[in-house]
Amino acid sequence: MDLSVLTLSRFQFALTIMFHYLFPPLSIGLGGILVIMEALYLKTGRLEYEAMTKFWTKIFAVNFAMGVASGIVMEFQFGTNWATYSRYVGDVFGSALAAEGIFAFFLESGFLAVLVFGWDRVSPRMHFFSTCMVALGAFFSSIWIVIANSWQQTPAGFHIVGQGLGARAEITDFGAMVFNPSSMHRLAHTVIGAYILAAFFVMSITAYYILKGRHLNFAKKSFTIALIVATVASLAEPISGDLQGRTVAQTQPAKLAAMEAVFHTGQGPTPLYLFGQPDPKEQHVNYGIAVPGLLSLLAYGDSQKPVAGLDQIPQRDWPPVVATFQAFHIMVWLGGLFVVLTLVGMYLLWKGTIFEKRWLLWTFVLVVPLPYVANQFGWMTAEVGRQPWVVYGLLRTSDALSKAVAANQVLGSIIMFVVIYALLFVVWVFVLDSKIKHGPDEVGPLPIGTAPGGLLGIAGLRAGTGGASLTGVDDAKEKE
Amino acid sequence: MDLNILWFILLGVLLAGYAILDGFDLGVGIVHLAVKGDKERRILMNSIGPLWDGNEVWLVTFGGALFAAFPIAYATAFSGFYTAFMALLFALIFRAVSMEFRSKHDSPSWRSFWDVSFSLASGVATLLFGVAVGNAMSGMPIGADMEYHGAFLDLLHPYALLVGVLAVATFAMHGSIYLYLKTEGDLQQRIHGWMWRTFGIFLVLYILTTMFTLVAVPLATRNFHDHPWVWIVVVLNVLAVANIPRAIFLGRPGYAFLSSCATIAALTFLFGVALFPDLIHSSLNPDWSLTVYNASSSHKTLAIMGTIAALGMPFVLAYTSVVYWVFRGKVQLSTLSY
Repeated sequence: MDLSVLTLSRFQFALTIMFHYLFPPLSIGLGGILVIMEALYLKTGRLEYEAMTKFWTKIFAVNFAMGVASGIVMEFQFGTNWATYSRYVGDVFGSALAAEGIFAFFLESGFLAVLVFGWDRVSPRMHFFSTCMVALGAFFSSIWIVIANSWQQTPAGFHIVGQGLGARAEITDFGAMVFNPSSMHRLAHTVIGAYILAAFFVMSITAYYILKGRHLNFAKKSFTIALIVATVASLAEPISGDLQGRTVAQTQPAKLAAMEAVFHTGQGPTPLYLFGQPDPKEQHVNYGIAVPGLLSLLAYGDSQKPVAGLDQIPQRDWPPVVATFQAFHIMVWLGGLFVVLTLVGMYLLWKGTIFEKRWLLWTFVLVVPLPYVANQFGWMTAEVGRQPWVVYGLLRTSDALSKAVAANQVLGSIIMFVVIYALLFVVWVFVLDSKIKHGPDEVGPLPIGTAPGGLLGIAGLRAGTGGASLTGVDDAKEKE
Repeated sequence: MDLNILWFILLGVLLAGYAILDGFDLGVGIVHLAVKGDKERRILMNSIGPLWDGNEVWLVTFGGALFAAFPIAYATAFSGFYTAFMALLFALIFRAVSMEFRSKHDSPSWRSFWDVSFSLASGVATLLFGVAVGNAMSGMPIGADMEYHGAFLDLLHPYALLVGVLAVATFAMHGSIYLYLKTEGDLQQRIHGWMWRTFGIFLVLYILTTMFTLVAVPLATRNFHDHPWVWIVVVLNVLAVANIPRAIFLGRPGYAFLSSCATIAALTFLFGVALFPDLIHSSLNPDWSLTVYNASSSHKTLAIMGTIAALGMPFVLAYTSVVYWVFRGKVQLSTLSY
């Protein structure tokens, strides 16, 4: 095996970014769902919505901490492993990163404190405002990160200064950099993907509660909110994907050719493979089933126009075809599955029988890894499909490395990352599991104003559900 | 004053903000194991519970701003100190998750594992910050190619280690004073003793480091000749240090905390004076140093970032103040706490 600094650094980047990206999509999506839940609480004053918001806030906080901890790694890693890249893009990329720090991170982390710890310290309105700010902060950070990444895909608003190894990109037009050809479509696709993931996450946990007959009121309401969010997002995602595909066809023909394994530019319509296994050596797709002309139609809106194939691109500039093709196809199939599942769910919700369909609830419990897979594979399509470039057409990944770093240093850090991330992942699942087992604090179905005031009133309310002693024990336990 | 100098100053402000704010919560971590018993450890951890994350963002923003304003220095420093930065990352990761996970499960061995991990990670992160400052002060083997030509162990020379230990002592003192403000009763009485002890250790190391710097690190004082007004900050620094024991003695811990904030701000300022106009001194040839001019982004990017900072910083200061105001007063444990 080739254990060069390049291979190791690429492996480490893939490992750390994929681990990191387990967390941000849930933060982005769940942030928005929390806003909906707490808005319902403020509007109706019903304690069950308060309990709901508190429960999902705890999950959010654990997830957020993991996102922060694994995210600092990414910021450091540009400099540690990809110093040449950092020098090259610093002038362009830097302003986006600085904007993320100033606009997004401070917003999120400041108000997260109020969201998680501030229930007893601020008014409900102020608390709701904090929840909105946290959700907004998570959204802001996705904006700046996707803009920076999109600039690597479709560079715009810059010029090159210097030559050879000293060359670097300098910004000429900030607006053109921000609104580069792919940034807005990719941003929409990323954020919608995050909402799908978060909504399926909520549905998985609450469907489990419903199946086990626990926290029924809470679970059914949370499930319904999440199902609606999931349906809207799942239906919007293919539209956003289509828009993005057209941009890729215009701006990154090599990536599109790899996504669909178009080895040869034909004369007429180009087909779209539903599935298959590309063989780059033979330049052929094995076991493939294709819809004639569909790729031409999707890429150009013209089913007769041939799509440029890999034969028009020098072989040294080809992305890895098999990985790009399969990552893309798995993502698309999963997206289709989410549409079907949520539509079936909505139909049964409308008929009022969804909570009796145990097979469907079990399906929702078990499919929760799939949105994670879809999010990861979507990014894999984008990033692997951009290779061999780190900045498309300008800087090769192999030229972007740090010169001061030796292979054994990277190997050492990879081993550390693997050990630490494995440990963290196990602990994260364990903590999540204990949160889920604990569940939300039980409340009665009465609205706020109708209960007698004070502690006794709340005690009476809880006693009314028959859960007073249990909840009391849980609270005492948590205090210790 | 040009934009390059402005961004050098702004980075200094971010660094000082980070050192003051994360300084006290790293300090709480450093002294964490000095209390026994689950309840008191929870009080310590929850004294910084809502705040540490926002404090760490100052570091993240400092890193982002360094990348943006001086990408060449960022690239050289981060790749050159690869192993040191990886160690720092692991410390920061462990610190974050230790706090998040510690109280989520009710088992003594689980909790003491995360307690030790939290404290150790806080200490190691602080030590590494100090070592980084020490190396920046004394210069590093930077070649004509703007790359670092040395090994990890070259970073651990006596001066850098001394500054590292000084950083640990400074934050331990800063954290102890903070804890005194946030606690009450018997625990607070014991913390009163820690304030004196950590101040004593800090004072000894502060004097040692000052002497070492004056004798063995000529680069650090080169700007003093052309800019004698810098001596004012030196005097203010000494006054701030002297005011810490005075305020503790007079029973005014709030002033002691402000004095320790001022001490850290002054030390950061003097660090900036020692560097300027370099970001990284080359110990091989002064002409190879990375300066605010040869390592910076273009004028246009510095101007755009200046606009972003001018728009964003008032908000940052406003909601940082709101959060600190919301969480003022003594620590109270509740079901929401860590």
